[in-house]
Amino acid sequence: MNLRALFALVRKDLLHEYRSREIVIAMLVFAFLVMVIFNFALELNKTIRETVAVGVLWVTFVFAATLGLNRVFAAESDQTSLDGLLLAPIDRTIIFAAKFISTLIFVVLVQLIIVPLFSMFYSINLFDPLFLLTLFLGTVGYVIVGTLIAALALKSRSREILLPILLLPVSIPLMLAVVKAGKNILEGAEWALVRPGFSFVVAFDVIFIAVAIMTFDYLLED
Amino acid sequence: MLIETKSLAKFYGLNPVLRGIDLQIPAGQAVGLLGSNGAGKTTLLRLLSTLTAPTAGSVTIAGYDLTSQAHAIRPLLGVVSHKPLLYDTFNAVENLKFYADLYNVTNYADRIGDLLEQVGLTAYAAQPIRTYSRGMQQRLAVARALLHAPQILLLDEPFTGLDQQAAQLLEEILLDAKQHGITILLSTHQLERAQRLIDRVVLLKKGKVDRDVSITDLDSLTAYFNAAVSA
Repeated sequence: MNLRALFALVRKDLLHEYRSREIVIAMLVFAFLVMVIFNFALELNKTIRETVAVGVLWVTFVFAATLGLNRVFAAESDQTSLDGLLLAPIDRTIIFAAKFISTLIFVVLVQLIIVPLFSMFYSINLFDPLFLLTLFLGTVGYVIVGTLIAALALKSRSREILLPILLLPVSIPLMLAVVKAGKNILEGAEWALVRPGFSFVVAFDVIFIAVAIMTFDYLLED
Repeated sequence: MLIETKSLAKFYGLNPVLRGIDLQIPAGQAVGLLGSNGAGKTTLLRLLSTLTAPTAGSVTIAGYDLTSQAHAIRPLLGVVSHKPLLYDTFNAVENLKFYADLYNVTNYADRIGDLLEQVGLTAYAAQPIRTYSRGMQQRLAVARALLHAPQILLLDEPFTGLDQQAAQLLEEILLDAKQHGITILLSTHQLERAQRLIDRVVLLKKGKVDRDVSITDLDSLTAYFNAAVSA
């Protein structure tokens, strides 16, 4: 693995985002609005709140992350700099790895702000280490699949529509597992009850990392 | 031969863009690719730069097969396309440093300094390139393409959109690259602009090589080219 190229690509994405503020601010505002709308629209009592909180949290992050994923390759495409990356003598998997890492950083940044706010709005303690680990692993899985599909949709004129249409059905098993595991963790359930969902999330991540390594070269073909 | 194509063809769907190109380019030669719009110049350059795969035929560059050994070919190429392939929120040094990392260029600070001086952008090195004119961006694109000391320079319409002064400066940079033994393949509509630079002209017509002549036959070629374009 060419670490110098990987580091340069991630640094470039972060620096570009720092200067252009295209992705993180939009994701953050969007996530905040989704969270507030759910909070006031449902007018939930405490018991129902605790039941649906993990699901609402994931809906918030899925919507916000999809917004960010739409921009992950689009920024290269808009600036017509994608050819510059494809001309470089680097493995294309490095381009995927860099896009995955930078998008993951953006989503985690949003989560660092939204999770405490969500905890406050929904009066629920989300700061359980195992819950946060599950949240992170679920985010990794969603961003891996999202980055792959964003590359697939890149050449399409309607990529903003194509990405969620392709991404959400593929992510349903991940969402079911991560919500179930998260809910069990917050309810203080035994590890035996948490394990199936948690293991599924880990397996999902590993499988899609392998799929990405095997297929990414072909996704960027002209 | 440094570059050799045999029966090279490219189809987009059922639409043939290149229909059997046979071309041999020795090291150090500067070749001008001419042809009207849609003749296949850009597609040929994209193929040679490994950005797209041929539908049929073969390409070898420095002995490497383009389809199976593209990874070995890419370090040998410097490419200047219609687009500068630069990031507009970055300044010139940041853009070149980024590409130096991708091409694993050592001593990049000196190299970047030398190139910026050569393309006349030292005074503007700290400005974001979104503030650059088209000519300045094109010069920086040439610096980007030369950064890793490639053996071959592929240029797609490098003089398009440049004023007289910027085009002349770009011509000087390319002449210097040629004198350093870099093989050049450039597409252009401006044969007169490129005539100091190129040794040979390949005229493409409907995806095929129509003429392949030395620059010494320029007068007859210009007349033929103008007639072909207006036909």
